[in-house]
Formats: sequence, C-alpha cells, structure tokens
Amino acid sequence: MRFPATARQLLRYLPVLPAVLLLLVFLAGPVLWAFHASLTDAGLTGRSARNPSWVGLENYQRLLTDPVFPLSVLLTVVFVAGSAVLGQNLLGLALAVLMRRARPLVSAVVGTTVVAAWVLPEIVAAFAAYAYFSGDGTLNQLLGGLGLGRQDWLYAFPMVAVMLANVWRGTAFSMLVYRAALNEVPAEVTEAAQMDGAHGWQRFAFITLPMIRWSITTNLMLITLQTLAVFTLVWVMTAGGPANASTTLPVLAYQEAFKFGDIGYGTAVASVLILIGAAFGLAYVRLLREPRP
Amino acid sequence: MRRRALKTMSLIAAATVALAACSPDDPGASFKTLKVAYQKTDSFTALDTMLQAAKQEFEAANQGVTVELQPIQANDDDYGTKLALALRSPSTAPDVFYEDTFKVRSDVDAGYLLKLDSYLEGWEDWDTFDDGAKAAGRADDGGTYAVPLGTDTRAIWYNRKVLEAAGVTLPWEPRSWQDILDTARKIKANDPTVIPFNMYAGKGTGEGTVMQSFYELLYGTGSSLYDEEAGKWVVGSAGFQDSLAFLKTLYDEQLAVSPAEALDANVWKKVFGEWLPNARMGATVEGSYAPSFWQDGGSYEWPGYEQDMGVAPFPTQNGQAPGAVSMSGGWTLALGAETKEPELAFSFLTTALKEENSLSFTVESSQIAVRKDVAADPGYLDANPFVRDVSALVSVTKYRPATADYPRISVAVQEATEAVVTGTRSPQEAAADYDAAVADIVGAAKTVRK
Repeated sequence: MRFPATARQLLRYLPVLPAVLLLLVFLAGPVLWAFHASLTDAGLTGRSARNPSWVGLENYQRLLTDPVFPLSVLLTVVFVAGSAVLGQNLLGLALAVLMRRARPLVSAVVGTTVVAAWVLPEIVAAFAAYAYFSGDGTLNQLLGGLGLGRQDWLYAFPMVAVMLANVWRGTAFSMLVYRAALNEVPAEVTEAAQMDGAHGWQRFAFITLPMIRWSITTNLMLITLQTLAVFTLVWVMTAGGPANASTTLPVLAYQEAFKFGDIGYGTAVASVLILIGAAFGLAYVRLLREPRP
Repeated sequence: MRRRALKTMSLIAAATVALAACSPDDPGASFKTLKVAYQKTDSFTALDTMLQAAKQEFEAANQGVTVELQPIQANDDDYGTKLALALRSPSTAPDVFYEDTFKVRSDVDAGYLLKLDSYLEGWEDWDTFDDGAKAAGRADDGGTYAVPLGTDTRAIWYNRKVLEAAGVTLPWEPRSWQDILDTARKIKANDPTVIPFNMYAGKGTGEGTVMQSFYELLYGTGSSLYDEEAGKWVVGSAGFQDSLAFLKTLYDEQLAVSPAEALDANVWKKVFGEWLPNARMGATVEGSYAPSFWQDGGSYEWPGYEQDMGVAPFPTQNGQAPGAVSMSGGWTLALGAETKEPELAFSFLTTALKEENSLSFTVESSQIAVRKDVAADPGYLDANPFVRDVSALVSVTKYRPATADYPRISVAVQEATEAVVTGTRSPQEAAADYDAAVADIVGAAKTVRK
C-alpha cells in the first residue's frame, strides 16, 4: 500500500511533533502571553489585577516618553557589545589560540581556572563578583595592598563592574567553542600556507579565521542572546543602581512588573527585549546562510 | 506502515487517558485541606513556630482537616511578589496568609482578600485588639479584611559608649533636628573615624529609606505625603525640601555613612552587625524590632546590647507638638477571597492569634503588641529593656498611605534622597523632580499643593 506523496511527507514530521508541541507550550506560549499582557493594564495587585482591561499600545507609548527606557536600551547595547561581542568573544578566541601553543600544564591550569567561573551557578557567581567589587571587597584590598587608591566600583563604575563580571563568567563558553573549532582546522591547510610564505599573523587572519567563521557566528549568536538575558548578575551586584546607571532591560522589566506591580508595562519592556533578541538572531542566521566564499 | 502509525496514535491516546486519571480526586466532604502561606527566613522563624503550634492544635480539634503550611523563603519584597502571584489564580491562592499592612488596601482592590466583618462579630477576642492596629486591616470601604499580628515603630537607636566618649549627657533626648546635628558634630569632633548619625538614603535600602529616615523627617515638619481626606498626593511642600536639606547636611558634613555605602542594599547589615556593636557608629534611625537582631538567636548576637544601646524618640523639626514622630508598619493574617472553607479558615486564624500564641510570637520577633492582654503581660514588657519606650511611640506614630500607587511614589521619594545625598541635585531641584514624578504617576488632578 502506498501513500500519496504529501501524506508521506507529513508523516515524516511525526517524530518531531512532541518536541514542537513542547516548544509551543513552553516557549511560544509565554512569549505570546507576555505580548498579550503588554497590551493590557494587568497589575500584580490593585483594581486591575483580576480584571485587566485592554489598553492597546498605551504601554508602548509610555515607553517612548519614559526617560529611563532609552537609557536602559543604551546600557543593554553597551553591556552586550562590551561584555559579549568584544569581551567574551575576543578573550575566548585569544585564550583558545594561546592555549594551543602553551605547554599542556599551563593550558590545563588556565582552562580549569576559566571554566571554574562558568560552572558556578549564576547566583553564586553574582555574589562572588559582588564580594570582589564591593567597597571592602577583594579588589580594593588588592589595590590597597599595592598602595593604590581604593574605588567604590559598584558606585562609581557600575557598568564597568558588571561588564567585567560578565566577561569573567562567560569567557569559558567562547573559549570552549573556539578550542573545538580550532581543532577542526586541518593542519595540512595551515602548513600549505606556511609553505607559501604566510607569516603567523597572516596565517591566522587569512586561513584560520575564515575556516572557523561558522563557529564565530554561532558563538556570537549564542553569547549575544545569553548576555541580553543576563539578570541575576546585575541584580545582585547593583540592582540597577546607582540612579539607574546599570538598569539594563531585564532589570527594568523586573522592576516594573514585580517591584511596582505593573505587569502590563513590565511585559512591554520584556517584549521589546524579545524583539531586540529576535533582530540579533535573524541577523546572525542571515550571516550563517551566506554562501561559503 | 499505516497500521503502525495508528497503533502509535492509539498508544499515545491511551497514555493521555491514563495520565489524566492520575490527577488527584476532589477531596471528599470528610477530608479538608487548608493552605497557609507565610514568610520564613533564617532570621525570621517566629511566625513558623507560631503556625506550627496552631496547626497541631487545630488539627487535633478538627478531625479530618489537614493544615498545609507553605512557608515562602524570601525577603519582604520578594515574599510580597510571590504571594501576589499565588493570589492571582484561584487554584494557587492560599486560604490563610501573612499579609503586609501596606498591601492590604491594594490587595482588597484586587479582590484577593475576604471581608471579615461578619466573622469578627462572633469572635470575643477581637475586642482586645488595639483600635489603631485594627485600622491597619481596614480598607477604603470601611470593612475589615485583615487581623493584625503585631506592629512596629521607629526610633533613634544610639550607642551609649560612643555618645559618652563625646561628652553627651545620657540619656540622650534630642528635641529638634538642630539637637541631632549638634550632637553628631560633637561626636565627629571627638573621633572623626566613627559615623556619628546615620539616616538611610537612596534606592539601595528601598522601603527602609523612607520608613526609617525620610518620613520621620517629613512628618516632623507638619507636612505629609498624602492628604487622606481629599485623597490627593501632596506636592510642593516646604517640609519636603527641608527634609531633603537635612539629609544633605548629614551627608555633606560626613555625619552619616558615605553616599556609596548608603546606596549599597546591604548597608543595614553593617549597621546592625558591625558598626553599632563595634562602637563605630553613634546613632541610627531604625525599627523597634532592632533588638531581635541582637538578642540570643538573632542574626547579629550581641551580648550586652541592653547596656550599650539606648533608644530615643525622633524629634520633630523644631520641637513642635507632639514633640516626636514615628512610623509604623506591621503584618496581618488574612483569608483568601476564593477560599472554599471560610468558616474553617477563620477558625484557624483565631487559633493562631490566641493570647498565648500572640505573646510568644510578639516577644520572639520583637514586635509591638496589638492585643491589650499581651501588651500588659510581664513576659512582653520585660522581653528587653526597650519595649516600654518603643511601645509608647504608638501614640505619635503614622502609617504609610498604602494605595496601589504607593510603591511608585515611594521610589520617587527614594530617588529624590539619592539625588540629594550624591550631590547631583539640590534639595530644591530634587523636590521639583519629585513633584513632576508624582504628577506623572497619579495625574496632576490627584495632587495638591500645600
């Protein structure tokens, strides 16, 4: 007995059906719910808690007039660009390249140290970073020991502190991705380039980098989306302060939804965050689709 | 191939049916469960103790009833959030829960709380509750929705050793803001390394900034945050600016902690755990529950705090009547609006709040008693040397205007204090920013210039 071609085609999707259903329920569901809530005046308490009313785009209009929102978008972009795209990515790549050259012992020690920050649960890492940067923290004690001036890092340079903390915590991921990618670069190609007279730097720029560019793009996409969503680290270290100087979008969404009980407005902020994430995701996916050179 | 697909489908369908059958049955008439949600932390176990005792007693007296205690491990803010999320859906809403007095009004608006008037009529103990405390459970419609567990007041806590060393006569009884500044300057002149007089500021300490600092100032000027009669928020008051200016003086002259320390959300831990016990701080404004941190089993045990610490009412601006000012909060027990067993739930509430349970809870958590019989009990009055002093402040105390807009207004006040102590805005500018923020939050029509 034979099936019509279309039915057979459909039947092939049957095994992925549970996965798709789970994705719909646990991923698409909350996203749609958040988007729906952002069009209402839903609250955590007060009159609008049980019977929220439809307010259309009012929450989004409020976003445009809220002085904290543009600041928050800017801080989020700075946070992602500084700590993920530049910090974690470049440092991870540099470590991966250097570790190939280093002695096995050095490589193992460095690798373990870097990965140690990554295996910590986020809340533990956040407290460790807080203890490091806070007024009486390790950093100030080290600086004091060297006879240098103390600084209230979390107060004077909150963004620098949380960005450094995020680089510390996240670099291991990029390093691991790049180590795997570099291992895949065939030695023959590099050797051939060497025979053609390419120097170390040239070999890296014209041979190695193009060959691992797929890993670079994938890695960038993953760490960008991860960093966009970082909440615990910022919340524990600075709680968005002082005076909103480190209020990234996730922190702003949390404050609005849970501290002020304004779920409608909070989910509007979260929806903007989802859109930014989606834009980054699409851009990276396009980069991945481009034909190989 | 087709047959296999059908077989798979029917298997899945069978599994679904089987799984659905596993969901719990509706509890029968002879078997009832009461869900009780409350806060429990490492340093706050008094309520857990009280409810455990009530559970045993209640289950013994009511055959077939199970009391399911659901402690929530969180700080006050997060507890409020988790409770509100649970209350949103009738399927997760607890029958009895621990509720902050300043959330009562907005939660009544949300329809989360059951009106208790008809039940309270039949409860003879209700008459022993203090009238001021009863008001904390009352909503805008005049009905009572929550029964108070205890309350608190705020006062100046000072380290006697530090003040003595600076030559201040004890007991210290400041009569005006000027007295506070004079004493603080004296302490600083005597030993520049101690923090003379701390008052919280900024968003880091959150509600602590307003309850344990700014409102003592504001309400001592004769101004207020909210005009209860008109139902409008006060803007443009001279008292607001004066209060900010006082904080500015404290911070500019380095009589308080540094601005960076003030903005750290953990600064209060240093006040209780480090600076006061080690005589590195002269005085601070804190709640009547302060001894609960220092007594045996507290988070910062300090043997001898009874001798080393002193307490004084916070004075009004120029000593005008009534001479002192204090702020009160406190917590209540309330019933869920959707509870299936209102009679049973109320009966559990009365068991939990009986005299002996109230007494041990009030003493263990250093609360101010709301039952007159507890307030007169020697076990309460002698719990620590400060109980009488802080309880007396009930006569001058104020409550927050706990409307649904309040959390945002509170943050606007905190922002104003932060801008002033960090020097980014003058008191005048910060007060103007606050006025604009209030108009933004509640609408200009709901503000009044005073």
